[in-house]
Amino acid sequence: MNAWRDFFIGTLRETGKTLKLLARNKMGMFGFLMTLLIVLLSLFGPLIWPPETSANVADINQGPSLKHWLGTDFQGQDNLRKVINGGKDIVTIAFLTGLIATTIAVTVGSISAFIGGTLDSMMMELVNIWLTIPKFPLLAVIATVIKLNDIVTLSILMALLDWPGLARQVRAQVLSLKKRDYIEAATMLDLGTRDIVFREILPNMMSFIVVSMIFTMTFAIYQQTGLVFLGIVPYSSSNWGVMISAAERRGVLFTASASWSILAPMGAIVLFQLALITFARSLEEVFNPRLRTSV
Amino acid sequence: MVERITNNFILRRIVKALFTVWLVTTITFFVIRAMPGNAVDILIQDLTAQGMSADDARTQAASLLSINLNAPAHEQYLEYLANVTRGDLGRSYKSRGLFVTDLVVQVLPWTLFSVGLSLLITFVLGIALGAIIAYTRDSWIDHLISNLAAMLDAVSPYLIGLLAILLLNVTWKLVPLSEMRGALSPGIQPEFSFEFFADAFTHVKVLLLVYVLASVGSWILIMKSNTITTLGEDYVTVARARGLSDFRILTAYVGRNATLPLFTRLAISIGFAVGGSLLLESLFTYRGVGFLLARAISERDYPVMQGVFLVITISVVAANLVADFLYGWLDPRIRIAGGGN
Repeated sequence: MNAWRDFFIGTLRETGKTLKLLARNKMGMFGFLMTLLIVLLSLFGPLIWPPETSANVADINQGPSLKHWLGTDFQGQDNLRKVINGGKDIVTIAFLTGLIATTIAVTVGSISAFIGGTLDSMMMELVNIWLTIPKFPLLAVIATVIKLNDIVTLSILMALLDWPGLARQVRAQVLSLKKRDYIEAATMLDLGTRDIVFREILPNMMSFIVVSMIFTMTFAIYQQTGLVFLGIVPYSSSNWGVMISAAERRGVLFTASASWSILAPMGAIVLFQLALITFARSLEEVFNPRLRTSV
Repeated sequence: MVERITNNFILRRIVKALFTVWLVTTITFFVIRAMPGNAVDILIQDLTAQGMSADDARTQAASLLSINLNAPAHEQYLEYLANVTRGDLGRSYKSRGLFVTDLVVQVLPWTLFSVGLSLLITFVLGIALGAIIAYTRDSWIDHLISNLAAMLDAVSPYLIGLLAILLLNVTWKLVPLSEMRGALSPGIQPEFSFEFFADAFTHVKVLLLVYVLASVGSWILIMKSNTITTLGEDYVTVARARGLSDFRILTAYVGRNATLPLFTRLAISIGFAVGGSLLLESLFTYRGVGFLLARAISERDYPVMQGVFLVITISVVAANLVADFLYGWLDPRIRIAGGGN
């Protein structure tokens, strides 16, 4: 229990330090706040602006106006309201996939680094092989066979495909931390592997882990919207990917007045991906001072 | 002797590549057959629904997937492996009787052409721009290109494709949609003529632009950081102290050492571009392997799906192999270290 408490406190302290450093970085703060805004709006926005239930024939495919900031779609529904209501799926899938993939990667990567020897080289050989397999086509093929009816199954599937690259980075990170003086001292004092891992190594790796998780999240967004575009993921719920796909199927791409139905959800995805990446990049800079001057 | 063989760089890479292809063949075999929602069963059900007797449906399904349904699973698997080795990937279910191998052979050159050409452009452009902004660090050019590169790197390739269609075709009306679709105009035959190449390029240009925009960002950023790292090395300082010209330092010392690590990245990018072709080719209806796979997926044509995915993987693995050899040839240290993992 003690180890857990120390891990928790250590992580909190690291988070506080990181946020303080982040506040000095303008782009990073922008990315962080934008991410926060998108997540909050996606989760709680639908409570304030619930989805429209009926079509609005008088207002089909309008451009932006004071009444409809982002125009209307082929049913005359407000695009902005649809965007607010379509974020929940994407945000949840991205977060779940990132979380699961990172958990697997941290576990495999640190075990590999700690045990070393034959197990380590075998695992890394497998990871390298896994990395050469084209991931998105494989995901698409598997997704046609498995019935993907819920967000959790999809996230688990994507996480199972996406963890290997991360695991290799985690392994490298653990190997380098292992060689630091204070860890070697702790090992020599025989403080116990569990204590060393939870008190010394993991808290020091938290920012790195968060950064990797965010990169996986953006990839998950790409994969999820891609699967919707290919028509593999069920169409039932409305999210940004479905909005793009529905508009595309309606031939919206070829009518200038209707292009807002595609631009609105597209903008939302791009903004979310950009926000996540700027946030991650600045975290990296905060985490690794050598990058601060070079990027 | 045994040690010499296991340490052989080329042999090890080839064995690894073969192992990868075997692994993927096995995965697709079991994904298509053993997963819940078994594709074989769906196929048989479909055929019976079309009025075929149960026995006929089974025979037909077996011949389409080129498997023997009466044999036990492990025999089916071995037979499938043997068929794949002979180049027999089964037959299409939707376009009856067409061999998957023939379908792939028709479209593969177009993907190799578009992906290969775009990678070449990306590679050259990425290295040049990355080196330039590393040299002009903190100037407005550096900030402009770095920020643009970071933005392009963050956005999904298929969104860039959508935006390209919206802007070029709908908003600015620069490129007619017919020029974005298909690999060739009707009536043009593949031959060594100016007309053919001009037409092929007309059809591929927007797709090329999207591929390059989608991947050049990460190349620029990596080349920039590699160049900056190399600039800080002792031997560059020594070269400066010796009074060598900037140009000589850039080409002989910095360029070479900053570019070398990018060759391993080339291999990963090939896989990513081929994977991305699944979305981009179907967005642009460009008839390559990605388009074929996307169509097979939407029609649930399992034999084609399985075969095309296998061919995509083999191409990516082969490209990786070539990139590895290229890297080993350019940087002898890799060969001596025996892999450098």
